[in-house]
Amino acid sequence: MNAVAWLTQGLEAVVALAAAPALLGWVNQCRAWLQNRRAPSLWQPYGTLRKLLHKEVLIAENASPLFRLAPYVTFGAMVLAAGIIPSMGTRLPLVASADAIALVGLFAAARMFMALAAMDVGTAFGTLGARREMMVGFLAEPALLMVILVASLTSSSTALPAITEALVSGHLGLSPSLAFSAVAFILVLLAENARIPVDNPATHLELTMIHEATLLEYSGRHLALMEWAAQLKLFNYVCIGFALFLPWGVAVGRIGPVGLLVAAPALALKLTAAGAGLALIETLSAKMRVMRIPEFLATAFLFAVLGLLVHVLLGA
Amino acid sequence: MTHLPLDQQLLDTCAALLLLLSFAMLSQRRIVTLVNLYALQGAVLAAATLLLAWRTGEDHLYLSAALTLALKVALLPWLLHRLIRRLDVYWDTEPLLNVTGTMLAGLVIVVFAFALAQPITRLASTATRSAVGIAVSVVLLAFLMMITRRKAMSQVIGFLSMENGVFFGAMSASYGMPMVVELGVALDVLVAVLVLGVFFFQIRERFESLDLHHLESLKEHD
Repeated sequence: MNAVAWLTQGLEAVVALAAAPALLGWVNQCRAWLQNRRAPSLWQPYGTLRKLLHKEVLIAENASPLFRLAPYVTFGAMVLAAGIIPSMGTRLPLVASADAIALVGLFAAARMFMALAAMDVGTAFGTLGARREMMVGFLAEPALLMVILVASLTSSSTALPAITEALVSGHLGLSPSLAFSAVAFILVLLAENARIPVDNPATHLELTMIHEATLLEYSGRHLALMEWAAQLKLFNYVCIGFALFLPWGVAVGRIGPVGLLVAAPALALKLTAAGAGLALIETLSAKMRVMRIPEFLATAFLFAVLGLLVHVLLGA
Repeated sequence: MTHLPLDQQLLDTCAALLLLLSFAMLSQRRIVTLVNLYALQGAVLAAATLLLAWRTGEDHLYLSAALTLALKVALLPWLLHRLIRRLDVYWDTEPLLNVTGTMLAGLVIVVFAFALAQPITRLASTATRSAVGIAVSVVLLAFLMMITRRKAMSQVIGFLSMENGVFFGAMSASYGMPMVVELGVALDVLVAVLVLGVFFFQIRERFESLDLHHLESLKEHD
């Protein structure tokens, strides 16, 4: 029984690994369609990863071992996070091992390694990117924790599977507090994944870049791992959103590999919708000035706290 | 999760939306958008009144919903838009406190307002009594907006939004005020906007700006 559970868990992680580049490809495709451009293929991110994995790794002379270590740590953290998030089933060994607060900590650890590695080589761009990344991170984290707190109030537990199960089984009505925290979560998702109002994922070498600036010194398989980790991060955030607000289709109770087969189409459907929605948001909004980012994230925090207040005082 | 009837859920959603719109107004710097947000707040208020009327069967609430719709969604925003065009003021200057600070202050105010409304909530017997706290916070947030803004235009919108809060408070604590009072308040607000419109022209003619800090000094040159 235990072996089956771990096998299922492994399969879930593999699905996350395989689906993450496709999600990014889908978002890019939708964006291209909305902007009247010819869309790149859905498989483009896979091609990029394959190309990068075959390329030679160049490392700066003064890079420390931390620089080599960071891609593996970041990637590992994201794979682990993908295992913890109940994207397909709630009764899996890794899913039950950590709650949402530990998950936020895991994301923070990955971010810290990325920022340290970016500063390690000592280029101006890397340092700048690392600083901005940390600024976004420290503003987005409280908002994310608040969102999780609101969601956990409905199920009296901070564990994601418990929240998901409570939502699936509970009577669901209009809940303003959950709606507020969902909006807050979308804002955090945009900021944390370097999407458009906060950062432009399509540019290199621009003064306003955040995420790309931290990756400038990487090449070859290191870069591939970093990019894959970023894609996994987007996938993970979207799946956290599903677990907190749209848990339908997630298998509740014990499941084996067959149960995953049932849960997979629902996940694919939700990912397709979420990707299209993300592309729509990105097309409709313009990149913000860096100085406006704290305001943006303060808004996210405000939404989350409003959700909390409405929940506590209106009881809804 | 709590099991509430659907109309109660809708009313709660309306209340939450009112609060949200108050915060949106607090953070908005473009005056045109501010007026639109005010119109939206009026629309949500009218919807809440209509829901409450349908739920409680109090006929006069239908009338006040219609009044809200006519006055706060159509007439007043139209008047304000016309004023904006004729005065040529589209932007407020940077508020006295930056947006992030204002929002955080707003959060503290909401907590305070909920604490303040707690005794009323316990005394009232209406179905919507839990929304009294939201009404008080809408009033106080509008107050905060009037304090932090410099331009006369935004202060007037703050004043109008405050009236929305008072109206919502009366509605949720005791199913609305008597019709005479409601009509009187509506007329008051209308006249206030008209008179203030004339006022704006006078202020601008005198100081060539709508910035109200000019009014703080007693003499022109000192």
